Amino acid sequence: MSETVTSTQVHGGGATADQIVSVDSATNQHIQVRINRGEAGEIEGRWEEFTVPLAKGMVVLDTVLWVQAHQANDLAARWNCKAAKCGSCSAEINGKPRLMCKTRVEDFNLAEPILIQPLQTFKRIKDLVTDVSWNYRINATIKPFTPRQDREWKWFQHDADRAQEMRKCIECFLCQDVCHVLRYQTEEKPQFAGPRYFVRTAGLDFHPMDGAERLEQLADEHGLGLCNITYCCSEVCPEHIAITHNAIIPEKERVVDEFHDPVKKFIRKIQKKK
Amino acid sequence: MKQTLTAHVGAPGFGKTERRDAWWLEPLLVVLGFATFVAYSTWAAFQVSNYSYGPYLSPFFSPYIRPDWWPANWSTAFFVLWIPGGFRASCYYYRRAYWRSLFASPSACAVSEPKRDYTGETGTIARWLPILHRWFLYLSLIVLVWLWIDVVKAFDFDGHFGIGVGTLVMLINVALLSFFTLGCHALRSLVGGNARCFSCAPGGNARYGMWSFVSKLTQRHKLWAWFSLFSVGLTDLYIRLCAMGVLHDIRIV
Repeated sequence: MSETVTSTQVHGGGATADQIVSVDSATNQHIQVRINRGEAGEIEGRWEEFTVPLAKGMVVLDTVLWVQAHQANDLAARWNCKAAKCGSCSAEINGKPRLMCKTRVEDFNLAEPILIQPLQTFKRIKDLVTDVSWNYRINATIKPFTPRQDREWKWFQHDADRAQEMRKCIECFLCQDVCHVLRYQTEEKPQFAGPRYFVRTAGLDFHPMDGAERLEQLADEHGLGLCNITYCCSEVCPEHIAITHNAIIPEKERVVDEFHDPVKKFIRKIQKKK
Repeated sequence: MKQTLTAHVGAPGFGKTERRDAWWLEPLLVVLGFATFVAYSTWAAFQVSNYSYGPYLSPFFSPYIRPDWWPANWSTAFFVLWIPGGFRASCYYYRRAYWRSLFASPSACAVSEPKRDYTGETGTIARWLPILHRWFLYLSLIVLVWLWIDVVKAFDFDGHFGIGVGTLVMLINVALLSFFTLGCHALRSLVGGNARCFSCAPGGNARYGMWSFVSKLTQRHKLWAWFSLFSVGLTDLYIRLCAMGVLHDIRIV
């Protein structure tokens, strides 16, 4: 089935569903997508299957938008830039947390329906849209950037590299979604900030001119010790931030450095005696 | 900061997922890899002979320690093996591997786990892992120096310089062990990672250089962890088979 362009409306620079399935890009193939739908607070939801015309280069978000435009006008889905930079279209596709706009349909076995679910860690608002506001409340608890007053404001690129990696985060919350500490604890979540906020904290802690101390907050209030370094957060990050390698483990090691390193303890004792 | 946040995921149960790929393959391979190594190394550690051949010494028995009071029919491997054993057991990569494969916590990303009373690395034993890792790092660096000394000795054939296949086997093994040990996350923090600003810290350029070097190895920590694990076992096996007369060590030089 091929469609002609019926709309010139462009959302955030991306093409509309009809533009994607255009005369130029349409193939004769159709694919099945199975979307998990539900109202606010529904946990299991219901699966609805749709047949969508396949277009070359199609991403999963295109299939959702096509369904929205042609078969289920009340289907709720959050998206904005369609360029993998706004972090809005996070979902679980064939069971894996991904950005819908960055996941190509052709990467899947098209003989089977593609499963599209909302993020499983957060409460559903409607269909594929979840309430991620809890994350912003955690964010507000982090000690903000506190400029040092005791040093000249001069540093080099290699001093800023580590902090800059953390600043690539687009807040898609895929890492929060996949993190099993948050994901499989029902009702009451543990006292745990989650990988996104270890990234933010590391971005501040590795800023060459930041002077705030966040180790106690990390260890206690933000529950760094609950992380058992499964690397799942790193695996799903669309910005390829090495979350475990470059944020979580360095922060865990800073805790050891500060409080438990045997050689450092010995040196500190000698320095105190002097 | 108690949080009430009802998730979509209902009551947990092992292996609940919508994933369609072979998510179970990696944990299965890890279990098989661990089981193979643990079975062989335990057997080898209990052996009281065939751990050396000519100038070669099995890495399981290095540094070679045999006090006078130690019974002749008891293996000396246990003086040493607790150090690399502890270093690996507390290593960040191995922790990832066994949390996933042995404790199913979780077995794979977005795959549900069997129990709910999760404490992560705050439990009675697990909370010591990062701390113990730092201690075992210092001890492992000492053992690593000894292993390099063994490699130097492996070039000495009765007072003459020589190279045998065993020399190369030992050299490759210690190189892989060095890549693994020097790529340790704790070392990465120690040499420079704990500095907020490299150029502002005392010795900042040197620390940045060391941190960059260690970081390159750390990025491949998983690879070095597995390669070095099997190279240690295979080096012991090679020396043991030579000592048993099953293999003939070829002199290259």
